[in-house]
Amino acid sequence: MSQAGNHPYHLSDPSPLPILGSIAAGLTAFGLIFFMHDGTPWLLPLGLLVVLYTMYLWWKTVVNEATFQNAHTAVVQIGLRYGMVLFIASEVMFFFAWFWAFFNASLYPTVEMGGVWPPKGTEVFSPWSIPLVNTIILLSSGVTVTWAHHGLRAGDKQTLIRGLWLTVLLGAVFTMLQAYEYLHAPFNFTGGIYGTTFFMATGFHGAHVIIGTIFLAVCLVRAYKDHFKPDHHFGFEAAAWYWHFVDVVWLFLFTFVYWWASVGATIHGE
Amino acid sequence: MSAQGAAHADDAHAHHGPTGWQRWAYSTNHKDIGTMYLIFATVFGIVGGLISVLIRMELQDPGMQVLAEGDYQQFNVFTTAHGLIMVFFLIMPALIGGFGNWMIPLMIGAPDMAFPRLNNMSFWFMIPSAMLLVGSALVGDGAGTGWTVYAPLSTVGQPGPSVDMAILALHLAGASSILSSINFITTIFNMRAPGMTLHRMPLFVWSQLVTTFLLLLSLPVLAGAITMLLTDRNFGTAFYDASRGGDVLLYQHLFWFFGHPEVYVLVLPAFGIISHVVSTFSKKPIFGYLGMAYAMVAIGAVGFIVWAHHMYTAGMSVDTEAYFLAATLVIAVPTGVKIFSWLATMWGGSIEFKTPMLWAVGMIFMFTVGGVTGVVLANSPITTAFHDTYYVVGHFHYVMAMGALFGIFAGWYYWIGKMSGRQYNETLGKWHFWLTMVGVNLTFFPMHFSGLAGMPRRIPDYPDAFSGWNYVSSIGSYIGFAAALLFVYIAIKTITSGQRVGANYWGEGATTLEWTVDSPAPHHTHETMPQIH
Repeated sequence: MSQAGNHPYHLSDPSPLPILGSIAAGLTAFGLIFFMHDGTPWLLPLGLLVVLYTMYLWWKTVVNEATFQNAHTAVVQIGLRYGMVLFIASEVMFFFAWFWAFFNASLYPTVEMGGVWPPKGTEVFSPWSIPLVNTIILLSSGVTVTWAHHGLRAGDKQTLIRGLWLTVLLGAVFTMLQAYEYLHAPFNFTGGIYGTTFFMATGFHGAHVIIGTIFLAVCLVRAYKDHFKPDHHFGFEAAAWYWHFVDVVWLFLFTFVYWWASVGATIHGE
Repeated sequence: MSAQGAAHADDAHAHHGPTGWQRWAYSTNHKDIGTMYLIFATVFGIVGGLISVLIRMELQDPGMQVLAEGDYQQFNVFTTAHGLIMVFFLIMPALIGGFGNWMIPLMIGAPDMAFPRLNNMSFWFMIPSAMLLVGSALVGDGAGTGWTVYAPLSTVGQPGPSVDMAILALHLAGASSILSSINFITTIFNMRAPGMTLHRMPLFVWSQLVTTFLLLLSLPVLAGAITMLLTDRNFGTAFYDASRGGDVLLYQHLFWFFGHPEVYVLVLPAFGIISHVVSTFSKKPIFGYLGMAYAMVAIGAVGFIVWAHHMYTAGMSVDTEAYFLAATLVIAVPTGVKIFSWLATMWGGSIEFKTPMLWAVGMIFMFTVGGVTGVVLANSPITTAFHDTYYVVGHFHYVMAMGALFGIFAGWYYWIGKMSGRQYNETLGKWHFWLTMVGVNLTFFPMHFSGLAGMPRRIPDYPDAFSGWNYVSSIGSYIGFAAALLFVYIAIKTITSGQRVGANYWGEGATTLEWTVDSPAPHHTHETMPQIH
C-alpha cells in the first residue's frame, strides 16, 4: 500500500484489474455482436466469465484492504458512502427510463392498442396474488436486514447471521416466485408494448434482486469469518442500501405496473 | 478566488510503482491517467477532424465529389462517426478525463482521486468503446443513423451489425463516464484540503462537479434508451414499433433527456477553464465568483427540463412547445451571468494576450455567437422553419463544439507547462489560434446563410443555389484542419524540446493550488495536505 505522506486517504497501488475489466467488457460487447448476428455464440459467455472473474478478484482485493490492511480510515469510509449513494442514484435514473417507457405507453394508449391500457385483448396478472406476496416478502426482507444490522452494531454475531440468512432466503424466494410468474404469463415479451414494458421493467428489477441477494450472501460469508466490526462494516451497509433501493423500485412496480395498470382489465384466471 | 497553499513539502521521492508499459496500463495515478486521456483525445480529434474534412470535400460543390454516385449511406456514416467521435472521444476525454483528472486533485489539495483503480478502468473502457465505434463505421454498410440514433431508422432501417456496434460503443463510453463521475464527485466532496470550502473551490472544480452530476443523472437514461433500441433490433421488443403499440417519439424523449444535459457536459468544463485563464491573464480575481459557480449549477439544473426543444417539429401540443420555449430562454440568464462576469473580470485588468488568453477570448466570442442563434432557435415557430437546416449546424458548432474546443486549447496552453514541465512556443501558439479562428469561422458562419436559404442537413448533394457558401465552408474546414495538424506539431515540439518552466510561470495572476507545486507536477503531489487560508 502506498500510504506515504500525511493524509487519511487510501491510494491504491498500480493494479492490472482495471485493464482486465476493460478487456472483459470488450469481449462481452463483441461477443454480444457475434451472438446477435449469427457469429460464434461462445465469445459472449467467455466475456461474461471474465467479467465475473474480474469482479471476484477486485472485491477480494477491496475486502483484504478493508479488513486486514486497515486501508479504510474513517475518511475513506465516508468516500465509499458517497460512492455507493451516487451509484444508486445512477441506478435510479436507469429505472427512470423503463418507467418512462411504461408511462409513455400506458398514459397515452394509441389506436393500435385499442385506445386503452392494458391494450385491448391483454389478460394481466391479478396484483393481489403473487405480486402482493412478493411485496410482503421484499418488505419483510427490509425488516430482517435491519434486524441483522442491529445485531451487527450490538456485536451480536448470531443475530447478524440469522438476519442475513433470512434476508438472503427471502430474496431467493422472491426470485423463484417471479420466475414462476414469468412462466405462467398470459402475455409475452415480443407480442406488443404491454409485454415489452412489463418484462423489461420487472426483468431489470429481478436482475437487481439477484445481484442484491448475491451481495448479501457475500456479507453472510464475511459475517461467518468475523470480517465486520460494530463500528466498521461498510460492506454490509452498502449491501443493505442496495437492498432497500431494490425494494423501493419494487414498490413502484407493484403500484403502477401491477396494480394501477390492472384496474378494469381482464385478470388472468378469473 | 485566491487559495494559497501553505509551504508543503512535495517530497518528490522516487516513484516505486511499475515502469515501462505497466506504469500506464496498471496506473492508479491521476496524472498518468489524465495524460492517457489527453493522448486518446488528440488521436481521435484528428480522426474526427479528418472525417469532417471528407464531409466538407463532398459538400464543396454540388453533385457527388468524394463519394460514388448513389453512395449516400457512406455520407451518413461520415456524419454519424464525426459526431460520435467528437463528442465521446475528443471533447469528453480531453475536458473531463484529461484536464479533470489532472487538475481536480491538484486544485483541491488532494493526493489523488478517491477511487484510483476505478479511474483507470474508466480510461480503459474507452478502448473497446472506440474499437466498437470505429468498427461501426467500417463493418457492413456502416452506422448511418446520425449521432442521435433515432428510431425507426436505427431499429428497422439499418439491420446489420454496424448500428449494434455503435450502440454498444455508447454503452461502454457511458459506463466509463458514470464511473468517472462517481469518482470525481466523491473526490470533490470528500478530499478537499482543510480550509478548501465549497465556496472557496476553484471554478474549474465547480464546473467539473456540475458536469459529473449531469453525466451521472443523464447517462443512465441514455443507457435505457439504447438498450431498448438493442432489444427492439435483436430480441423482438416493441418499444419503438408503432404497429405493436410502441412509440418512436419515446426514443426522442429519452435521447434528448440525456442529450441536452450532454451538450452542457461538453461546454461546462470549458467554462471552468476560461474562468481561470481570464482571471490569470487579467491579473484580477474572477468577477462575481459565487455568481459564476451558481450560474453553472443553474445551467445544469435547467438543462434537465428543456430537452424537447430538440423536438419542436416532431409533433407536440402548442402548450408543450410554449413551455419548452420559455424554459429554454431561461438558460440565457445564467449563461449571460457567465459572459458578463468574464468581461467584468477583464475590465480594468492588466490584460496580457498570451496564447491561452487568445483562446479564452475566442471561446467567449464563439460561445456568444452560438448563444445568440440559440435564443433564435429556442423559438418554436422559427425552428419550425429552421429545423434540420444548416442554420442549426452552424448554431451548435459555434456554441457547443467550438465553445468546448476553444476551452480545450485554452486549457492545454495554460497547463501544458505544469503537466510537461516545458513551455509551448508563443509564436506557434498564436499562429495556431489565428489559423483556427479564421478556419472555423469561415466554416461555420456561412452555414447560417446556407441554412436560412433552406439547405438541409445530412445530405451529400444539393441544388446549385446553395453552392457559394458551401464552397466557403469547405475552404474554412481545410484551414481549420491544417490548424489541427499544426497543433499536433506544437504539442510534440513542446513535449520534446520546449523551454523548461518553474512552478508558477504565469506569475501573480495564477493563484490556484496547482501553481504551488513544481513543473512538471511530481508523480505524487499534496501528500501533505495544504492548508487553505
